Amino acid sequence: MTTTLTLALLCPLLGFLYCVLVGWRLPHRYSGIVASAAVGLSFVFAVLVLVGLLGVPAEQRFQDIALAPWIDAGTFHAPLGFWVDPLSTLMLCVVSGVGFLIHVYATAYMTDHHGHLDPGYNRFFAFMSLFVLAMLVLVLADNFALLMVGWGGVGVCSYFLIAFWFEKPENASAGVKAFVTNAIGDVGLFLALFLIFWTFGRVDYDGVFKAVQAGTGSGSTTWIALLLLVAAAAKSAQIPLHVWLPDAMAGPTPVSALIHAATMVTAGVYLIARAHVIYEHAPAAMAVVAAIGTITAIFAASIALVQQNLKRVIAYSTLSQLGYMFAGVGVGAFSAGIFHLFTHAFFKALLFLGAGIVIHELAGEEDMRVMGGLRRRMPLAWALFGIGALANVGFPLTAGFFSKDEIVSAAFSSPNSSAALGVVLMITTGLTGFYTFRAVFLTFHGEPAPEQAKLIDPHSHGPSRAMVIPVAVLAVFALLVGFGYAGVDGFLEPVFARWGGHDVPGQGPLAPIALVTALIGIVGIGIAWLYYLRDRTLPERTARALAPIHTLLRNAYYVDDLYAAALVGGGRVLSLGLSGTDNLVVDGAVNGVAGTVRWLGVELSRVQSGFVRNYALAILAGVIIIVGYMSRAGA
Amino acid sequence: MLTALIVIPILGAIVVYSMPRANAANVRVVALAAALIDLALAVIVRASFQPVADLQLVERADWVPALGIQYFLGVDGISLWMVLLTAFLTPLAIGASWPWMEEHAKEYGALLLLLEAGVIGAFAAADVVLFFVFWEVMLIPMYLLIGVLGGARRVYAAFKFFIYTAVGSLLMLVGIITLYVNAASTGRATFAIGDLVRTPLSGGVATLVFLAFALAFAIKVPIFPLHTWLPDAYTQAPITTLVLATMLVKVGAYGFVRFCLPLFPATMQANADWISVLAVIGIIYGALCAIAQRDLVRMLAYSSISHLGFIVLGIFALNTQGVMGGLYQMVSHGLTAGMLFVIASMLLRRTGTLDIPSLGGLASRYPLITAYFLLAMFAAAGVPGLSGFVGELLTMMGAFQPHRSYVVVAACGVVLGAIYLFWMFQRVMHGRPRTDVVAQPYDLTRREAWVLTPLAIAIVVIGVQPDVLLGRIESSVSASLGQARLVQARPVEPNSTMLVAGVAVP
Repeated sequence: MTTTLTLALLCPLLGFLYCVLVGWRLPHRYSGIVASAAVGLSFVFAVLVLVGLLGVPAEQRFQDIALAPWIDAGTFHAPLGFWVDPLSTLMLCVVSGVGFLIHVYATAYMTDHHGHLDPGYNRFFAFMSLFVLAMLVLVLADNFALLMVGWGGVGVCSYFLIAFWFEKPENASAGVKAFVTNAIGDVGLFLALFLIFWTFGRVDYDGVFKAVQAGTGSGSTTWIALLLLVAAAAKSAQIPLHVWLPDAMAGPTPVSALIHAATMVTAGVYLIARAHVIYEHAPAAMAVVAAIGTITAIFAASIALVQQNLKRVIAYSTLSQLGYMFAGVGVGAFSAGIFHLFTHAFFKALLFLGAGIVIHELAGEEDMRVMGGLRRRMPLAWALFGIGALANVGFPLTAGFFSKDEIVSAAFSSPNSSAALGVVLMITTGLTGFYTFRAVFLTFHGEPAPEQAKLIDPHSHGPSRAMVIPVAVLAVFALLVGFGYAGVDGFLEPVFARWGGHDVPGQGPLAPIALVTALIGIVGIGIAWLYYLRDRTLPERTARALAPIHTLLRNAYYVDDLYAAALVGGGRVLSLGLSGTDNLVVDGAVNGVAGTVRWLGVELSRVQSGFVRNYALAILAGVIIIVGYMSRAGA
Repeated sequence: MLTALIVIPILGAIVVYSMPRANAANVRVVALAAALIDLALAVIVRASFQPVADLQLVERADWVPALGIQYFLGVDGISLWMVLLTAFLTPLAIGASWPWMEEHAKEYGALLLLLEAGVIGAFAAADVVLFFVFWEVMLIPMYLLIGVLGGARRVYAAFKFFIYTAVGSLLMLVGIITLYVNAASTGRATFAIGDLVRTPLSGGVATLVFLAFALAFAIKVPIFPLHTWLPDAYTQAPITTLVLATMLVKVGAYGFVRFCLPLFPATMQANADWISVLAVIGIIYGALCAIAQRDLVRMLAYSSISHLGFIVLGIFALNTQGVMGGLYQMVSHGLTAGMLFVIASMLLRRTGTLDIPSLGGLASRYPLITAYFLLAMFAAAGVPGLSGFVGELLTMMGAFQPHRSYVVVAACGVVLGAIYLFWMFQRVMHGRPRTDVVAQPYDLTRREAWVLTPLAIAIVVIGVQPDVLLGRIESSVSASLGQARLVQARPVEPNSTMLVAGVAVP
């Protein structure tokens, strides 16, 4: 186990080191191959870890593997240690598996139709590999301090890859915005870590959770849970820290798929599920988690209704789905939340990569107004994207159906929840059906927009195999993994039963609530069909009839503008003001003293040489004289 | 051994100074050679160091026997890394100054070496008077570096720098004499720290003497509001010399641990609160000022003020984590700030300006420099896996125990740090290449790679494996805190629901 786990971690590290130390001197093509192979190998080892875990009885599936010491200061010990249990192993497999598929896809995506590699091909794969490594550290760490390493590491990679095409100023800004918003979350994690250490005297998961179970530090658990929530909300782009994720679409599409859909943004959900014992001892914090998740779900879905940029629609959809996951873990349905994370990784990566095929074909254009009618040109992309769309809505028997409906039904049945949450999540499913299929219809159906022909490269032979195969694999998963819900639930169960925890089960896919929810989603699809296929004047008429709402949604409730005005503007005024103050007041006061001294200096210039450096010698002489005097006086 | 560490740079400086001015190339080589020999010696010092609390490699001789002044050198876990870091940064500073030394080779070489000697001496001194002598010695080359080789407003900056530090020096001197007189009155006329500890001052005198020392150190660090000399000094001094100048300010922070902690534990404890408040103000204030700066070096100067605040916050937590974190952060800051200053000098050389808004798009021109710049920026921003993270983590973790609410504010400094660093990087490196800035086309040169790579490696190594540093620091810090009877806080016992303020003076 130790060896396989170490190798699973080592592979992406070697991929990264290859790109950084060697790759930039050799043909860049190799970097893509090496990085993909490295992550692929990592996935193989991840599966071996999983197999190893399945080979032992359920209660023995918890292993703490300490590889080396890391930070030791007094009583503070944070080793380079990894915690292997069903939850972390599931994450390990998802991250390396989906990561591998997206790496393969990216080798083609970062190449144009003439076979020219992107100029930043090597650094792209360097940071993709580093991202996988950091993400694995995040999910496998056995203590809160090492968790921060993965947590911060994925943030850095995210920054770098969002700003990847940095010559466009808006891309560079989007990267900074993502990093700074996540830094707010990091503060939450820092403070949570400190509070954990000074409450329990340790930071390793097992020890801390056992102490919580024993009732230690009950005065602090709510605070710890809320601070962890700040971190989780920033990483998973939950309200009010969601603003960075839509802008993060500035990065290349494989980045959006891997980091901003399948893995990194789900880290917040993972964190809450990981620390479920703390949350179960802090019911108030759990209620906040559930509320934030539910609000984010409907809030983001409503914005997605009117977006024109294909990737932004999917981005808001990701926000919304993350909201579902938060709602799930917030009402205590931890395994349902994690199962949705699991299925979402497949179908959302599928949606992004499917969109990527279209965008790649249209020379980087993402605006749906210049798309339309692409079904005839690229039927395969249509079919694959369509599968992702169905799963996203939770169409019966797709993966999303099993996972999302578990959350909705748990929201109704959980003792920590109220029916209101469930109702909002149900309505959101209807919105999901509408916006998802609005995107499908606008992109692939109808007539091609006139500008489209100019964008399509006449030399294009359609998407290459390296792009299609990973997407097809994801599509298969998006169709099938849902059926494994009972198995995944059972696999995760010991984690959520450990440390005295209790997991709220969903009501199963055949429960009336689940079926009603699925039906609402289908109604949403039907309305989209009515609006975008049947009567194309409807969208315009509705927009005119509901103009204020339409404008509000178009501008994403003006949250960005609000922040820009309040934080950025205010901050700049404050910092400019302070720096002026520093020159005038603080410095002025001190210069006043200095001025007096200088005046004295001028007055005394007859007795001094005029070279300030001699002061030092004078001081030295002074020491000797004074010391001499004192010693004589003493004697 | 330690004497050699101090004497070699002095000898080097003398040789450099006596060489003919025309022969700039040789002058540089001699200066670099002296610095490298010193580094080799420092490595031997590190190799022979044992991870125990005691002062090691002690050299002790009477200097002024009548007064009990000794020539007393030694290193322990608190000073070891400071000495090593100084020896590490000096050849890099000389290497970074290489192109600037075409003109002023002798000044650069001699002054940097003298500065090194002074700083190492201050770190290695175990006698208060000896420390004071080195404290003054290091002042002079820095003053001259600013005043002779500096920018347009160098005279103003140098004068300001001097006035500030001279005021601090005088106060410290008064403090030293009082300590001596007190010791002498009990019949143990000495200046050795280890002996002075046994004759503690009491009451009001202790507070006054502590304040005298604290003020001297606070000016040097600098702690808000005594910081205003630093932005001027840094912007006026030749940028490449700042690599070493960052060690100068660390002597101040080091002084708190080396002198204030053992000599005035109770007073330090009593005054920890408001000094920590000033440290936190410095963190936030420095960061806010950094956001507003147009000049890259001035921005880095304010960023230093912010980062140095973490060091003070950690030290005044007066627990193992805080003090160890403070010492670690001193090393980390020396490396990251040094690296950023070197990169700034490289950009200045290529574009002729350090005005942030006039730059832009340099990443496309200089991909290799960009890679190093990214690393240094990430480290400075406290990205995990690099050195800055461990320093911030430990200092804040230590401070969280006695000063919980301060840490909440200080942690916001981390966000502000992300803002000013990343925003600066965006404006300087990202965007389209500017056509109005004449930029030299060449990317990283071999010499520059030799300067940046050691810094980069050090930042990564101590970030990934902080134990390299912490393992050698721990026992000295624990012993020092234990001797000061500031016991390491014990975490709460099971079933106790409140956090205990574990720092206590019995």
